[in-house]
Amino acid sequence: MKNSSNTSNNRKAVALVSGGLDSMLAVRVIQEQGIHVEGINFFTGFCVEGHTHAIRKKDRAKPKRNNALWVAEQLGIKLHIIDVSEDYKNVVLNPKHGYGANLNPCLDCKGFMVHAAMDWMKKHDFDFLLTGEVIGQRPMSQRKATMPVVSKESGAGDLLLRPLCAKLLPETLAEREGWVDREKLLDFSGRSRKPQMALAEKYGFKEYAQPAGGCCFLTDASYSSKLADLWQARGEKTYEIDDIVMLKVGRHLRPRPHFKLIIAREEGETNFLRGYRKNYLSMYIVSHSGPVSLIDGEPDYDDLELAARLVARFSSGRESELVTVEVMQKNGESRNIDVKPLNSDEIPSEWYV
Amino acid sequence: MKSQVNGMSELTLDTRNLLCPLPVIRTQNIIEDMQQGECLKVQCTDHGVINDIPAWCRINGHEILSIDEQDYEIVIKIRVGENS
Repeated sequence: MKNSSNTSNNRKAVALVSGGLDSMLAVRVIQEQGIHVEGINFFTGFCVEGHTHAIRKKDRAKPKRNNALWVAEQLGIKLHIIDVSEDYKNVVLNPKHGYGANLNPCLDCKGFMVHAAMDWMKKHDFDFLLTGEVIGQRPMSQRKATMPVVSKESGAGDLLLRPLCAKLLPETLAEREGWVDREKLLDFSGRSRKPQMALAEKYGFKEYAQPAGGCCFLTDASYSSKLADLWQARGEKTYEIDDIVMLKVGRHLRPRPHFKLIIAREEGETNFLRGYRKNYLSMYIVSHSGPVSLIDGEPDYDDLELAARLVARFSSGRESELVTVEVMQKNGESRNIDVKPLNSDEIPSEWYV
Repeated sequence: MKSQVNGMSELTLDTRNLLCPLPVIRTQNIIEDMQQGECLKVQCTDHGVINDIPAWCRINGHEILSIDEQDYEIVIKIRVGENS
């Protein structure tokens, strides 16, 4: 770390940049004080910013931007995107502070990210770190009572500055050392977005991402239920990156406890699932047009017939007497089976994960 | 994979079947170890890269030489700027 004789304008801060308005404002507040800021953004595997928008064909015409990159560009800062997906598993699987409304371990997540940012900060010789947190903004991780927990458990202590609500919190190192002027920091609290919007107006930020359920799939009820189903079916809480990507793709139906089907909903998903044919048992409709399907689990011979009948239901041959389905093993060996598609009343709603 | 193009070394990075932001992360990580002026060819299948890799390059001072799209594959060529 640099010695304390440095002036504020050669101090360096690293900011957690999510792509939302709060972190964007927090960075600008600190930039205004002459601090060099660079952004850091963590890829956990559950980020809404990535993945499914790229899979569906209808979304191809207008590829969605990565808001963290976009924000960094607006602010004129570098952004370092770090893949923490492997280390992040422990946060999801064993959250010390438990889950929120769904499988979102928000408090543990925040502590993990601040800790990871602090490691980066030390490695790259930066002086302090900042987040866009606001007291009371989020029910689990952004409360006055939990902010010291994040500072303590992450190990960041007073290296962590929250510019948007700093005046409501104890002084941090950057304020005490005079690197930043506490009087120019803010006292935002609560769920209202009006102070942030006013500050955005002041800074001339005309466009910014609107939060819509957070930036993490784990806050999504439907996604969380698919993840819980995966753990239940496997009899243990584990996952690989491919598993959690797959939870965002296609229809998921579990006709039997020991296997489920992932059935593409459109051409983009069909092409995407084709890329996984070496990782999963797969099914293709031969006699009609229909979706690609993957099978996760260990189906037996009879299960495969049931699976083929189910897949056939989602093909253009759903009203036909027989539909030919190709069943392909992971090693590429395949065979065709002729099946009668299931009727809609033969598919219980409980099969839909 | 490393090759020579017009006397300059060119690396090829295969990010096919990876979804954003992983192609950006892989690009970032490989460029960290490259020298100014070297070229990187990134093969991708996620159309999100059409926005994301150029944005990352603008932020970090690298130059996009070309973006070619054919069927489901996108190839982006980058000339490495000053790494700092």
